[in-house]
Parts: sequence; C-alpha cells; structure tokens
Amino acid sequence: MADLLSLTAHELSGKLDAGEVSVREAAEAANRRVEEVDGDLNSFVTTTPELALERAGRVDGLLRNGGVRPWEGVPIAVKDVLSTRGVRTTCGSKILEEFTPLYDASALKNFGDAPVMVGKANMDEFAMGSSTENSAYGPTKNPWDLNRVPGGSSGGSAAAVAAGEGWWALGTDTGGSVRQPAALCGIVGLKPTYGRVSRYGLISFGSSLDCIGPMTRDVRDSALLLQAIAGHDPRDSTSANVEVPDYLAGLDAGVEGLRVGVVTELMDERIDAGVREVVSKVAAGLEAAGAEVGEVSLPHAYYALEAYYIIAPAEVSSNLARFDGVRYGLRVQADGVHEMYRKTREAGFGAEAKRRIMLGTYALSSGYYDAYYAQAQKVRTKIVEDFRDAYARYDVLVSPTSPSVAFEIGAKTDDPLAMYLQDICAVPASLAGVPAISIPGGLADGLPVGVQLMGDHFTEPMLLRAARAAEQAAGFEFAPRP
Amino acid sequence: MQTQQRRTYQAVIGLEFHVHLATRTKMFCGCRVTYGEPPNTHTCPVCLGHPGALPVANERAIELGVMAGLALNCDVSERAVFARKNYFYPDLPKGYQISQFDEPICLGGHLDVPFGDETIRVGITRLHLEEDAAKNVHVGTSGRMHGSVGSLVDFNRGGTPLMEIVTEPDIPSPEAARATANHLKDILRAIGVSEADMEKGQLRCDANVSIRNPDGSFGTKTELKNMNSFRFVEKGIAAELQRQEEILAGGGRVEQTTLHYDPETDEVHELRSKEFAHDYRYFPEPDLLPLELSASYVGEIGERMPELPDAMRARFVERYGLSPYEAGVMVSDRELAAFYEEVASEADPKQASNWISGDFRALLNESGTGVSDSKVTPGHMVELIGLVGSGKVSRSAARTVLDVVFKTGERPSEVVEREGLGSVEADELDGVVDGVISSNPDEAERVRNGDKKVVGFLMGQVMKATRGNADGGRARELLLRKLGS
Ligand SMILES: [Zn+2]
Repeated sequence: MADLLSLTAHELSGKLDAGEVSVREAAEAANRRVEEVDGDLNSFVTTTPELALERAGRVDGLLRNGGVRPWEGVPIAVKDVLSTRGVRTTCGSKILEEFTPLYDASALKNFGDAPVMVGKANMDEFAMGSSTENSAYGPTKNPWDLNRVPGGSSGGSAAAVAAGEGWWALGTDTGGSVRQPAALCGIVGLKPTYGRVSRYGLISFGSSLDCIGPMTRDVRDSALLLQAIAGHDPRDSTSANVEVPDYLAGLDAGVEGLRVGVVTELMDERIDAGVREVVSKVAAGLEAAGAEVGEVSLPHAYYALEAYYIIAPAEVSSNLARFDGVRYGLRVQADGVHEMYRKTREAGFGAEAKRRIMLGTYALSSGYYDAYYAQAQKVRTKIVEDFRDAYARYDVLVSPTSPSVAFEIGAKTDDPLAMYLQDICAVPASLAGVPAISIPGGLADGLPVGVQLMGDHFTEPMLLRAARAAEQAAGFEFAPRP
Repeated sequence: MQTQQRRTYQAVIGLEFHVHLATRTKMFCGCRVTYGEPPNTHTCPVCLGHPGALPVANERAIELGVMAGLALNCDVSERAVFARKNYFYPDLPKGYQISQFDEPICLGGHLDVPFGDETIRVGITRLHLEEDAAKNVHVGTSGRMHGSVGSLVDFNRGGTPLMEIVTEPDIPSPEAARATANHLKDILRAIGVSEADMEKGQLRCDANVSIRNPDGSFGTKTELKNMNSFRFVEKGIAAELQRQEEILAGGGRVEQTTLHYDPETDEVHELRSKEFAHDYRYFPEPDLLPLELSASYVGEIGERMPELPDAMRARFVERYGLSPYEAGVMVSDRELAAFYEEVASEADPKQASNWISGDFRALLNESGTGVSDSKVTPGHMVELIGLVGSGKVSRSAARTVLDVVFKTGERPSEVVEREGLGSVEADELDGVVDGVISSNPDEAERVRNGDKKVVGFLMGQVMKATRGNADGGRARELLLRKLGS
C-alpha cells in the first residue's frame, strides 16, 4: 500500500472509479499513515479515523451504482477553521476547545454528506500566523525537517499533504496562509479569487480577505479540488454569482503566447538569493515553453504588508468579539458579566490573537480610524490599481511565494515583525482579491521553494494552465515525507 | 385639542424612533419574526452568531426601508453600506450589531405633523436599517439585573429587522413630540411598513431634549431613553424639561447624560453618564456588499406605494366634504378608511363619517376588534344609513340595531323587523301622547302652568311606551302643542 500513498489524488480517483482500489482501503491507508507519523508531525488537532471509514463505506456503496463525483472518495484533511457538523472545530484556540458546530461549511457541500475526512488539521490560532507555532494544540513540524516550521497558518494541512496523511487538504488563505505553507512544505497551494468559494462555515479571520483553497500534491489535483469547492452560495453575500468553469479542461494546453511578468519589487535583496534563483529558473522554463516573459512592477507591493496588518487585525478584532463565553466554547466563571468576558478571553486567546485584537481595536478606535484603517483602505485601492495596470500587459504575474525557505521552530517567535515579513510576497494578491497559486519550484539548501503565479479575477483556468506548465518546467516530483 | 401651557423657556426636542419592520423573517437570516413565543425557539447559527455563520440581508426589509423613506420625503441613497457597531453585551451574540453608519439607506426628509389647527414640519435627518438585539431576562428579581441570581438570554428577538428614524431638533413642545410620534405611527401603518404598536415594543422612542439659552445658543442636550407609550413620550419630555428648567433657574448646569422616565413617579432618572460612552469602532461590514439602490428600483417601489395619510386626508376633505378632523380620524386606520370609502360610495358621505367614526369605532374599540374582523360590512352600514335617512328607524333605535348587527352580523332590516324597532307612525304617536297625558294628569297640569322641567318626564313616558322607537323631536313637539305651551 506504500504505492497508494505516493499517488496523486486524481490518480487515486481513477483507481477508485475503475474499482482497482476501494475508498475504504484508501481511508485505511491514510489512517495508518496518520498513526505512523503524526506523533512527530502534529498535523492534526483532531483525527477522525472512524468517521473516515464510515464515510468511505458510504462512498464505496455509491461507487458501485456510479454517479460519484471524482473527488468524493479521496481522503482529505480539513483545516480546523472550517465548520464540520458533529466534529469539534477549535480554530487552533483554547476558547473553542469544546466547540462542535451544528453545520458543515458550504465548501464541503459537493462532497455528498461530507468528505472522507481523516482529521481536522492544525493551524495558527484563528489563522493568525506564518508558522503554525501559534496553535493552542502545539506546533506542527515540517515533514522535510522536523526542526523547522511548516509555515502557517494552514501548516497542519500542508504538513498532512506533504507527509501523505491524506491525499489533499483544505486550507484557508487570508494573507498567504495557503500559499506560504504550501511553499515551505513542497506542495501546491491555491488561493482562488475572493468570492469564488463560499465562506459560509469558515470561521472568519479577515472577512474581506479570507479564501478557502486547495492544498495538493500537484496542479491537476488543485484544479480537481477547486472544482469540488467552487460555486455561488446564497448564504454568503460575498460569494460571486459567476458560473464555475471546467478547471480540468485545457489544463495541459501549455503557455504558448501567454504573457508572463516577473514582479520586480518581489525579486530584490529582501528575498533570499536561493529563492530568487529558483523563481528565475522556473520563469525561464515558462519562456522555453513558449511564454513571453518580461518584468512587471507592482509599485505598492511593499506597502501591501503594512495595509494588510491594519485591515486584517481590524476585522479580526471584531470577528473574535463573539467569543465571549456567553453561548458556546470556553467560559471562565466570574462575578459579573464584564469580569466573565475578561477572564474568558484572557484564558481563551493566545498571545498572537490578543496582539492582533489590540492592534485592530486601536486601528478602528474613533481617534485613529482615519489615520490607520481608512488610510490602509486607500493603500488597498492603490494595490488593486497596480494589479489592474499589470494585467493590462500580462496574463500572469510571477514571484516567490515566501522570502525564505522553512525556518527553524522558535527562530522568529520573539519577533512578530520578522514573522509578518514572511507574508510579503503573498499579501498583495490577497488585498487585490485575485487568484494566486504556489507551486514547488525546486530546492534551496535542501528545502522546498515556492513559486507564486497570480492571475486576474476569475481567471483560474488560465492560471492553473500556467501553473501546470511551471510545474513541468520545475520538474519537482512529489513523494511523501519523511 | 391640547392647551399649550405657557413656558418661560424654549424647548428643543429631537426624536429617535426604532421601528420593527413588518417582515416575515429576520434581518439577516431565515428565522421567523415572532412575539411572545417560548424563548430561543426561533434561532439559527446566523442569529446566534455561531462561528462561521454569515449574514444575508433581507430584501423585503430593504424594500420597507425604501417605502418608509419615500413616505417621509427622504432622498433614497443610491448606495447604502452596512456597518458594524462593536460593543460587548450578552444580548448581542456577535459582539457587534449590524447597522448603517455614514451611508444609510435614506437621508434628509420631513414629516408634516397635524397639531391642533396647524401643521408642524419636522425634519428627518436620516433613516437606516439594522438588526435588533436579543433580550436579557434577569432571574430572581422583578427583571432588573441588580440583585438577580442569574441572567438568561432569549434570542428570538435577536436579529429582528429594525428601522431607525432620526428627526431634526424641530419639535417645540412635549405635546408636539407626542403628535409627531402618533403621526409617524399612522404613516408607517398606512404603508404597511410596521404595525408600530408602542405597547408591543414595535415602536420605541428616544428623545434628545435641551433648552435654548436666552441668547439663542443651544443648551446641553440630554437623552431620554425607551419611552413605551405616546403618553409617556409627552410626559417624559415634560418632566425632563422641567428638571432642566429647575437646574438652570437654580444657577446650575445641565449635564449631558442618558435618562429614563419613570411613569409611576413622573420623574426622570439617570441611566449612565456619557463619560462611559462606548467607542463603537464602526467600520463597513465586510460580510455584506454595499446595497445598490437604483433609481428604477426605487421608482418601482414608489409606484406600488399605497396612498399616504396626508394625501388621503386631503382627498377625503375634498371628495366627501369632511372636516380635516373627521378625515384625520378616518385616515388614522387604513382599514377604517377603506371601509369608509366603500360606504361613502353608496351612502351620504357625511352620515357615513358620523356613523363610522362615532358609533362603529366605539364598538370596535370597546371590544378590541379590528375593522376586518368585525361582523359589520360596508353593505350593512349603507343599509342602516338608508333606514335612518328614510325615517324608517329613529337615530336612537338605529344605534341599537348597530349593536345587534355588530354582535350577530345580521342585516339591519332583519334586526329592525325582528326586534320591532321601526319608527312609530304619526297617528300612532298621537294616540300614545294622548295616553301619556291622560295617565299623568298632575305632570300634564304642571306643564300647562309653564313648568318646562316636567316635559322631560313625560317624554320619557312616551319613549317607554314606544320602546324608544318614537322620533324624539316629533314627540316633544306634539306634547307641547297638546298641552298648549
Ligand atoms: Zn436565525
């Protein structure tokens, strides 16, 4: 069964469809793998082996009668920020340690009753962080080097896929939280266009930025998983009423004539040389495959990080207000309601959550709103304009996903600003709401380097096609680690 | 009509109304809007603020907001933005209320309030939509938090659609404030935006009250919260004005504060000092897109709007010859006005007004029946007015007939026949009067000697003998003629 674990999701799906393997066998293989490696990795907050088997049995039953969608039987890890009916959903926080949602996130609705879920993947608390060290349930380790971080905040999802604890995973990306951990763990991470996938059931961090995205072994898997989760949802007002195209059609059509711009601001000395080298190599590969490759400027790219670290905390300070101990989750008993709020939130939130609640509360407070929040929104408009200008000349923009390869656990925990810099390449696309994908482009110092490709709104079919070509140019082969 | 008490100061009053919209479902979820059902029976992840749940704006509520704006002569915004108003309270499940802040659905407008024989124009500053909070219930006391053993929250009301209407400080007196509230209620009911029943909490009113200084500058304003009847609006503001006047007369300074009116003591009490005012940290609600209200959308709603009370009143005066007061009574109840129009199309409009705004309305009020639930149909009323007009039934007998029709729903003519309530014919009345004179010789003699006070007694005997069916005027004339006075 070791062979089974090195298949991609679409390859496994083909075997399930052909009856060569049962969903139950796949689920058992994933469960065994989790048992074998998760003690070291800590990819999961909650594992759900029995649930996976039960649902596997159901999909096997359906498979015999045909009509099962190609993604339904492939075991998956789901980031613990997505609501799952009957399975506790902690968001990596103590405040939700005992919280079990009453409903499934809308993104899961194309998985029949629910996906064959092996577990709820570990994450930075409320998706705030770039290393998964902010989880109340302990840090996740990078399968490439157990002394290093897997990135964040979807570090658990990334590690689970990289280690073969499931064939793919769902992560969420607010300022890079799918792409950056995908880059650091050597897998593919896609942040779709904002509004492409329903946020209903995604426990909000920065509502105007949050996206659910596939974390997979290759680009084809990414297209397949996006197919499963994309679509309009009347329960999410920000979900776009735009038809879902066939993301697999034309995936291998190549990049002949595609205009590719390498972002100059994200290729300067703030980015590690080894990382830049891999990005340049992949860009050259695209050119060799027939793309027109040039340089493009996003002049406000570096302000994006600063704007992001106002807007996202502002939204989170409000989004986390509901965790007050009144209706669900942790409650610390105290005299009087205000004391109860204070003690509950003191005990329930970790340091990074508290830091951002404070930052956001400050940025929104009446004396500072114009200086911070309103100003950050103006910068956001500038970024949107940067992208509009860039897409007038290029179809796809290319940059590193992360300024460095995976760093050692604890290396940046005492310096929040150094940690925030991790998101510098990923944040511009988040503020602009455009789709962006990270593919493994090669190694630097023996660790994976992510190459980011960005497209215009709702151009995922083209973006995936370009990413597929980049993946072939890079020649990176997936294999479960360690 | 109110008598305006003379005051030595000039009051400056602005009102803020919270109106429950007459929608079937809540503002941002599909839960039903209910009153008085068991606690927490109409909730879902959205209105409970569960993690991951998202709001979706109720289209009907938006439509009702636009209707109200049009009725109050407001400019409907092309773009309205929902905002979060952040604060912690157990009845606020998300830790913020979704409201509208700097881009509300409607801005600017006015309300022409009939006040005695004049009309006061009250400016409307803004109108916006929001969700209501849930309800805290404090256990072990009469409902106050202080001294209670615990607090429970009922989320049935949480997320109910509310409309907030803020007036300019144009209102000159407590009486005018009451009239403004009343007129607003009439308008909202007439267009079906809200039942606006203050007793049911569907219409809540806060007042900003200050006294203008002799030099014309504005005095410090206080806020009077949650007055739950039209009478208390008037009395509360009057009490607050008096309090402010006393402070100023004593050389003191009015402090900016929030107050509550206690009807039992007719006094206002401080709720909390403004120093502890919240910083609500408003910002645009990122879970909802801005509302785009196109001119054609607003135009369509305008065309579907029912006639407004002011226009209807003017029409009733013009078409049916009613006085503005009579027309106002009819127009204050949309169903009553419709009933009236049906009757007035087939019967004398003036008589119809007298019967409907007088006797019929009294019967409705006494029994707490709505026009549409009443057994009296416009056809019944037309018939009754016809019977009186043709002299077949006396006015007083017709009242008895209406009582019976109201209870049974029978046709008036059937009631007249069965109960023998038809008018007494002239020669029959002649005989009755003779009979009364001969059986009461002493009283008859006193009338002959000019003692007019006794006429009443003899009239009573005539009425008794005819079971009230005699025409009072004719009987009296006959009596006096026969007794030679
Ligand atoms: Zn609800």
